[in-house]
Amino acid sequence: MQILALETSTDAGSCALWQDGQLLSASCPAGRPHSETLIPLVQQMLAEAGSGFACLDAIAFGMGPGAFTGLRVACGIAQGMAVALDRPLLPVGSLETMAWEAGGQRVVSLLDARMGEVYWGLCERHADEGIVLLEEPGLLLPDAVPLPSGEDWQIVGNALQAYPALGSRLAAWDCQPQILPQARSVAELGALALARGEALDPALAAPRYVRNKVARTTAERLADGGRP
Amino acid sequence: MRVLGIESSCDETGLAVYDTERGLLAHALHTQIALHAEYGGVVPELASRDHIRRLVPLLRQVMGASGCSLAELDAVAYTQGPGLAGALLVGCAFAEGLAASLGKPILPVHHLEGHLLSPLLAQEPPEFPFVALLVSGGHTQLMAVAGVGKYELLGETLDDAAGEAFDKTAKLLGLGYPGGPALSKLADVGQPGVFDLPRPMLHSGDFNFSFAGLKTAVLTLVRDKSEDRPDFPADVARAFQDALVEVLVKKSIAALKHTGMQRLVVAGGVGANRQLRQALNEAARKRRYRVYYPELEFCTDNGAMIAFAGAMRLMAGAQPRPAGVFAVRPRWPLNELMGA
Ligand SMILES: Nc1ncnc2c1ncn2[C@@H]1O[C@H](COP(=O)(O)OP(=O)(O)OP(=O)(O)O)[C@@H](O)[C@H]1O
Repeated sequence: MQILALETSTDAGSCALWQDGQLLSASCPAGRPHSETLIPLVQQMLAEAGSGFACLDAIAFGMGPGAFTGLRVACGIAQGMAVALDRPLLPVGSLETMAWEAGGQRVVSLLDARMGEVYWGLCERHADEGIVLLEEPGLLLPDAVPLPSGEDWQIVGNALQAYPALGSRLAAWDCQPQILPQARSVAELGALALARGEALDPALAAPRYVRNKVARTTAERLADGGRP
Repeated sequence: MRVLGIESSCDETGLAVYDTERGLLAHALHTQIALHAEYGGVVPELASRDHIRRLVPLLRQVMGASGCSLAELDAVAYTQGPGLAGALLVGCAFAEGLAASLGKPILPVHHLEGHLLSPLLAQEPPEFPFVALLVSGGHTQLMAVAGVGKYELLGETLDDAAGEAFDKTAKLLGLGYPGGPALSKLADVGQPGVFDLPRPMLHSGDFNFSFAGLKTAVLTLVRDKSEDRPDFPADVARAFQDALVEVLVKKSIAALKHTGMQRLVVAGGVGANRQLRQALNEAARKRRYRVYYPELEFCTDNGAMIAFAGAMRLMAGAQPRPAGVFAVRPRWPLNELMGA
């Protein structure tokens, strides 16, 4: 079995190849848009592994939440590849991916959502399911992020640094702000999902934005005394 | 040669397959007009979110209808710009992923070149050279077209595009969004000559346009003279359309005279306007020019014109590039294409 994984939900883009449990991964060079670096990186990685597009059984991608454009770069490329190769897709959440990177049993993932908000995921590691979200992923103000119940939680993600007050509120726990979504974890979680039979037709795979309110309707603007 | 075309620069997702020997094999389109209506205009983020949901089903639809397989394509063309950055990027990422894993090359297409060449998809296509009047939601330009890739900009709007003027004026008259087609329908039942609106830049001596003042004149009319008369909106719409059409027609004819060309090609959404077509046809007939229009379905954004422009580029000897490294060009002046 071979699974290609793409992850570009933050500036730190990466790709990985999972071959029956063996992992290979590569990071996009910093400072350039993912659109210029991701596919060449994939081609190089496949060539080095002696693999190729035709050898892939499925394609996993980081579905978010994260930067909207980044989510669509990974999803769009993955969809294109999946249709071309007639293979299924494995969407993997960024908050789950961060929890898998952390390695602990119980993890709170906190990803900077910009605009003064945080993507929040309450994650638990299960033997063969990988990471399970205990609640719907949230979009919260830093002040509204709940304190974990109990000491045995790891807290991970760049929101800890982006919002220092949040970082200090959680300082009593094991905090790892440097942990970000990585393609290698997308690949491993994707492999578990594939084994569970959760592969999706590419027409059904989509980004998970979590931030769903992005504009105001004319009626809403008018109700606030705004212009049509 | 067979080219897949993908368009996602604004609020339409369009895909098509064009074959240089057999013509247009299939095309499929999804328009987001209903999605944006309650926002009073295109919301870029929502446009991007919709494009990514539509691409796979539309690709399957168009490939099925074309009767050929992805393996039988020679290249993948997509709109690289100009347009909404996020929306462009969706079509772009999808096309690049598709082409990279199929081992097919890429042809990035300029959206306006797509519009410009779209009349060549018609039953009786014009021959080169011709003057092109491009009138869409985002552009109003007159161009001298000597051949594929040989475009000379004669003039363009200095502010609002013609379609934009239609849409903004429609909004002033409470016709919803995008109001261009509704305004045009209303104008058809209006009385000509009830109101006299300015013809901006009619005698400017060049081929440039300006429509912002026309919209302001309508605003003043609606504010100051608003009459309860049921025909009032129709008469205003008629006055607006008369003014805009007169400027477009006079400048187009002047461009034909100036270039010595015999054919006028009209492209872009406003090219669907009935009164504009009538007036252009009449003005051209008197002077023995011929006017060409795209099929109505190819006036607004679509995938067919992108597949076609890509195919024309291939035929003209353009080298497609390998898939993989891509960037969108939200702002991309057409004149940067000259000599390409
Ligand atoms: N019958 C009509 N009369 C007047 N305007 C019309 C008519 N039909 C469509 N339009 C206008 O055409 C425009 C849409 O055209 P089109 O899809 O070519 O442009 P766009 O995608 O908005 O812009 P561009 O192609 O420049 O990026 C809208 O402004 C619409 O109101």
